[in-house]
Amino acid sequence: MIMKQLEEKIFKVIMICAAIVILGVLVFIISTVFYKGLPALTLDMITKLPGGGFYLGKEGGVLNAIAGSVYIILGALAISIVISVPLVMYINFYLPLNSFFSAAIRFSLDILFGIPSIVYGAFGFALMVYLGVRASLLGGILTVAMLIMPIMMRSFDEITRLLSHDLPDALLSLGATKFEMVKVLMRQLMPGLVTAILLAIGRGIGDAATVLFTAGYTDNIPASLNQPAATLPLSIFFQLGSPVEEVQNRAYASAIILTVIILILSFSARYFSSKFSKNKI
Amino acid sequence: METNETITLKKLINSQSIKIENLDVYIDTQHILKDINLTIPEKSITCIIGPSGCGKSTFLKTLNRMHDETPEVKISGKVFVDDENIYDPHVNVIDTRKKMGLLAQRPCPLPMSIFDNVAYGPRIHGIKRRKALNQTVIQYLQYVGLWDEVRERVRTSATRLSIGQQQRLCLARGLAIEPEYILGDEATSALDPLSTKKIEELFIKLKEKYTIILVTHTLRQAKRIADYIIFMYLGQIIEAGPTEEFFNNPKKQLTRDYLSGSFS
Repeated sequence: MIMKQLEEKIFKVIMICAAIVILGVLVFIISTVFYKGLPALTLDMITKLPGGGFYLGKEGGVLNAIAGSVYIILGALAISIVISVPLVMYINFYLPLNSFFSAAIRFSLDILFGIPSIVYGAFGFALMVYLGVRASLLGGILTVAMLIMPIMMRSFDEITRLLSHDLPDALLSLGATKFEMVKVLMRQLMPGLVTAILLAIGRGIGDAATVLFTAGYTDNIPASLNQPAATLPLSIFFQLGSPVEEVQNRAYASAIILTVIILILSFSARYFSSKFSKNKI
Repeated sequence: METNETITLKKLINSQSIKIENLDVYIDTQHILKDINLTIPEKSITCIIGPSGCGKSTFLKTLNRMHDETPEVKISGKVFVDDENIYDPHVNVIDTRKKMGLLAQRPCPLPMSIFDNVAYGPRIHGIKRRKALNQTVIQYLQYVGLWDEVRERVRTSATRLSIGQQQRLCLARGLAIEPEYILGDEATSALDPLSTKKIEELFIKLKEKYTIILVTHTLRQAKRIADYIIFMYLGQIIEAGPTEEFFNNPKKQLTRDYLSGSFS
């Protein structure tokens, strides 16, 4: 009896420790970034392009990188959603359960998911060299789309698989076609899609390796898809590499900006999802 | 052995609505339904009873071709609905399903408002005019006795209804596609006694207009509402006949054993 109580207590302590560790790590990271970055986070940082000698401590901001990152992630998301949703609907509701083809698709997604981002970057770069295209916004969008598509598909797929068969059956028995059925199911699956999108954003917006060679870097905001685009992770990288301490602190300010962008995207995604799925079962 | 019973049932019933000939259903290599021959009388309630796993639900699904979605299921034989074999290649599955209103074991409202739930069927089958839709929705909600309970909140989510109300909503939704048949797959097993009673009363009211086929697990329910009983065991029809005759004078030993509760 005492052993059992002891067991219970020890396990409780382990669980609480685990929770403290994870909270501690979060608080530690956030507070470090804010401690170092907050003093350097001026209005100039988010409203101005890097001026001459910005990386050596002169005036300017990282608007180029903010715009580039947002463009790239939004473009990549658009492409990924357009391909992910039909694919997930197909393997879940059109292909028979346990079909070979859907298993093959899931398996290849798992492999794609495991490929390091630098490999996507290198692949995109090789492809662009072959096609004779320079580093550009479009190159960045396509490469990041390749990077985030597997994670979006796989996580949306996992959530879609959990959907009980009652709803599809109810719709089909009403004489709905498969497409009409999928349209209704999407309302139910909207929060799942949003979760998948958030995971994809998290992976895509913070990744430096994919955009290093494909999107390039510039001090300007790209005006067309053919122009190179700066990104926040690379901007942070260049600023941290500066010998000037002031510029290094700006790197942390940029990190705050990146975090806030992710938060804004997350909250707006959740907001729209709850709007679309207010009648969810 | 079941052919004799089928003949009896056929003799008793002059009209015919669903006629099944030599129906065999396999799932992979398992023989689920074995040589089913049956005529289901129209404008009445036919209850299919039998122990779990006897093929009741599988049988019900063959009537609205819900097995189409699972390629492991192989079906041979003929199912005539209104003198048309629904497994004929030229038959459109949507048309078949439109003739069958299905009431599932658990109510499954669509993720939309109460109004849209009932309007969904008519909408996908081409009714677009607001006035017509309004009329249809109110008519069927009234029919299932839900209108007075929800008239203030027909635009709110259907999921906030109680489970008994949800099941009546699902019935209204099924009726709104204007079927000729109603299939119930243990449609009251998830409900409380009061809701069950309401649904049963609805079935009795509905049989004036519709042919109703119910799978049920409770003998008492079959006794209460059925006009005809089909008793299935291990994929075969053991005995079929009018309710009173079936319960008072079962012909087969297996039926007597089942009715006396020797197995269930």
